[in-house]
Amino acid sequence: MFADFDKKELTGLAFLLFLGISTPYLFSGYRIQMAELFLFMVYASTWNIQGGKMGYNTFGNIVFFGVGMYVCASTQIAVAFPLGEWTAAGGYKTFVHTPQQYFLGIPLGILLAGIVPAIIALIIGSALLVLRGHYFAIGTLGLGIASGEFATSLEIIGGGQGMTVPFWPKVAGLPHTFLGGGVNFFFTLSFLLFLAVFFFLRWLYKTRFGLILTAIRDNEDKAESMGIPTMHYKVTGWVFSAFFMGIAGGIFGNINGYIEPTEVAFAGATVGVFMVLMTILGGKGTLWGPIIGAFIFQLFKEFFWTYFLGWQLVALGALIIGIIIFFPEGIMGMLRQKYPALFGEVVDEEARLAQVTINTDD
Amino acid sequence: MILLQAPFLNLQALLDGLMVGAIFAFVAYGMALVWGVMNIINIVQGEFVILGGYITFTFYKMGLSPFIGIPFSFLLLFCLGFLIYRTIIFRVVSRDMFISILATFGISIVVQQLMNIGFGSQVETANSGLGTSFLFDGNITLSHIKIFSFIVCLLGASAVIYFMKTSKLGRAIRATAQNARAARILGVDTEKVYCYTYAINAAICGLAGSLVAMTYTLHPYIGLPYTVRSFMIVIVAGLGNFPAVLASGLGLGTIEEFSAYTLGQEYRIGFVFLMLVLILVYRSRKLAKKREYLK
Amino acid sequence: MTKILEVTDVSKAYGGVKANEDISLSIDQGSIVGLIGPNGSGKTTLFNSIVGAHPIDKGSIKFNNEELSTLTVDQISRRGLLRTFQQTKIYGQMTCMMNMKISKKLTGKFSDMFQTIPKEVEEEAEQILSFVGLYQKRNLRAGELSFGQQKLLELAMALINAPKMLILDEPTAGINPTLINGIVDRLIKVNKKYNITLFVIEHNMRVIMNLAQKIYCMAYGRILAEGKPEEIKNDKKVIDAYLGAAH
Repeated sequence: MFADFDKKELTGLAFLLFLGISTPYLFSGYRIQMAELFLFMVYASTWNIQGGKMGYNTFGNIVFFGVGMYVCASTQIAVAFPLGEWTAAGGYKTFVHTPQQYFLGIPLGILLAGIVPAIIALIIGSALLVLRGHYFAIGTLGLGIASGEFATSLEIIGGGQGMTVPFWPKVAGLPHTFLGGGVNFFFTLSFLLFLAVFFFLRWLYKTRFGLILTAIRDNEDKAESMGIPTMHYKVTGWVFSAFFMGIAGGIFGNINGYIEPTEVAFAGATVGVFMVLMTILGGKGTLWGPIIGAFIFQLFKEFFWTYFLGWQLVALGALIIGIIIFFPEGIMGMLRQKYPALFGEVVDEEARLAQVTINTDD
Repeated sequence: MILLQAPFLNLQALLDGLMVGAIFAFVAYGMALVWGVMNIINIVQGEFVILGGYITFTFYKMGLSPFIGIPFSFLLLFCLGFLIYRTIIFRVVSRDMFISILATFGISIVVQQLMNIGFGSQVETANSGLGTSFLFDGNITLSHIKIFSFIVCLLGASAVIYFMKTSKLGRAIRATAQNARAARILGVDTEKVYCYTYAINAAICGLAGSLVAMTYTLHPYIGLPYTVRSFMIVIVAGLGNFPAVLASGLGLGTIEEFSAYTLGQEYRIGFVFLMLVLILVYRSRKLAKKREYLK
Repeated sequence: MTKILEVTDVSKAYGGVKANEDISLSIDQGSIVGLIGPNGSGKTTLFNSIVGAHPIDKGSIKFNNEELSTLTVDQISRRGLLRTFQQTKIYGQMTCMMNMKISKKLTGKFSDMFQTIPKEVEEEAEQILSFVGLYQKRNLRAGELSFGQQKLLELAMALINAPKMLILDEPTAGINPTLINGIVDRLIKVNKKYNITLFVIEHNMRVIMNLAQKIYCMAYGRILAEGKPEEIKNDKKVIDAYLGAAH
């Protein structure tokens, strides 16, 4: 499995594995931030399929995140109690899940949190992915906000008030921290999700699919006229993103404990932009760029939240502007320019200058 | 259904729609200006509007008539636009459009949050003190401030168009919009043109914002819908054609009011964004049919 | 001889402008056919109609006795009818080798999307690249190539799919004279060795007279004349409309 990894990748992966495994023991004070970090990596890596590889800059992936979050929480609740009564009563204050109900709800919820957004992506993708360039960007931005507004008006999921997520259950005879307790449990889920996304994308980018995504970014008309059904590739790519974003949403909803339409689930102006920013910061169109970007971004974010409380979003807005203006190629882009050999690119001057002559003898 | 039961509501919705549509059209005209001349989609448009509104609201809160605030909204936003261009926008003008979308998105987050900190997150309105007319036995209400804002929008737009047609700067702006490189060769300082275009757009938004403050409501987070409305109007009407911008602005306002009356006010913003998506998809389907793989 | 392509009464209008009017022509299996005519006479429009880039207003286009006018670009290219463009269309950010790999078509099944590209395709691509003289440049980004080299790359990208018929839009336009001879030689070899029918738009009279066995001349959206190169050269209508007195 690791046969085709080179040294740099192995080091990076080892570092991430170390973080993933040791956090609950060594940095237990930062478990939520670390879970968020791995989820950020998922957001950025899946955004990169569209924005980086394919050249379709979307603000709409947040839709799948939000839908996944609501679907997961609703499923978790609905396996035991009527959803409407739960939200009307303010959640866990009145209803308590038994451990059996809880651990039936979690896998079911997460599975549906992946599948439902994937189906949505399949449907809206066929309509929206005909848009090109900035029309796609603004269209998906509109979609994200429309979804938030729609969720606000849906009473059964709590409308604008939002809803709570089932509590980590108490099992008779076990301490409350069994399975590491709720936080550890969801931290581990985030980490596993990240690993799944990482290995999936690593494989995907090596297949013909990855090559054609790049071709679409490069010259979509050409790809079409060469007989590549570009629409299939674009939609399939979006379905992948939606599947993983949905699951990420489901997990994040559980970590947050509380879901609300515009600030938590369909937060187009925060999380929706962050994922773009992380990818650009790390380097669009590369496998590791979004991961590095997410890591640095999370550091910035924690710093701002600690030292600029109340002004943190102003600082983040300024950070966006700064990165876009001064650093649009990202870290990977910069490294690539400076050390092309690191990326397996050989600058072959001789071949570049060679005259083409056709040998007419054969 | 409700419209059939109460026929007067139709007229009411139409009137309200036209009044609010004029403001949309005015803001959209500014966006078309920036888009056409600089090839930038200015996401911060809506935040400029709301900020202009808050400036007027500040005068109202100090106990003065909000009408005093109108020129201040206009001028302060002009300065702000100038400043933002000189610090940020000039770096992204010639770059990829997505870069400028993100950069203006970043500015909009900053402006939005600063407004949130400075003015609080409650819904505000600056009461103009003008009265309201009741027509048809009180079935139709028409507040005078709406008429005022309608007229101001039309006058303001006419003034901008007149300025574009006659002044030296206006001609330079139009030349740059046609072909920036050719204009540069002919001695137009395009950098200056861009700067003033951006500032004029901000000023337009400021003026519209002060009208919004008096006619409707202010909240730090409702800027984006104004941006989206402008975008929608511009893609329907095309760049730099004011009659079309006005027509589609009024049309959008009317459709929105009718939807608000039938579906309910809470669906209004969602409806706007949904319409955006539909218009975009419809437009690109039409284009895709026409698209050819020539040459 | 069997006809590989039969175009009957094809018309296409853009708005009010009739770009093609009642075009009929037929091309023999294994031949090289030229299409000449002044700029704006509707040659490229005809090519676009044949490959399905836009719907035609009336008429029929048959390729190997199969009607094409209802098929999409994608489906037509799968049947072995490929084209190149006047302005080259390549993936500028990718290497020549990647350009070749992408161009290799598969059966079109969904699972094909996720195949890794087999070694044989790479070898085949190398062979074809050396056939058109680009082997040395296989790892360069296609955008770095000169215009003429890009045209050769585009030809190679069509060849890797072993088409039955190739439609070439001005293969020698904007190419230096030494390379033109090479391209003409390659085209003849493509035709003879791989038995690929060629249909070529060309403004360079010397090239087309040497290359083609049959030439159609278009003007004002109609077929003006058809015949062997010598006949066309001496046709009064063609001289008036296109060649001028100089020839």
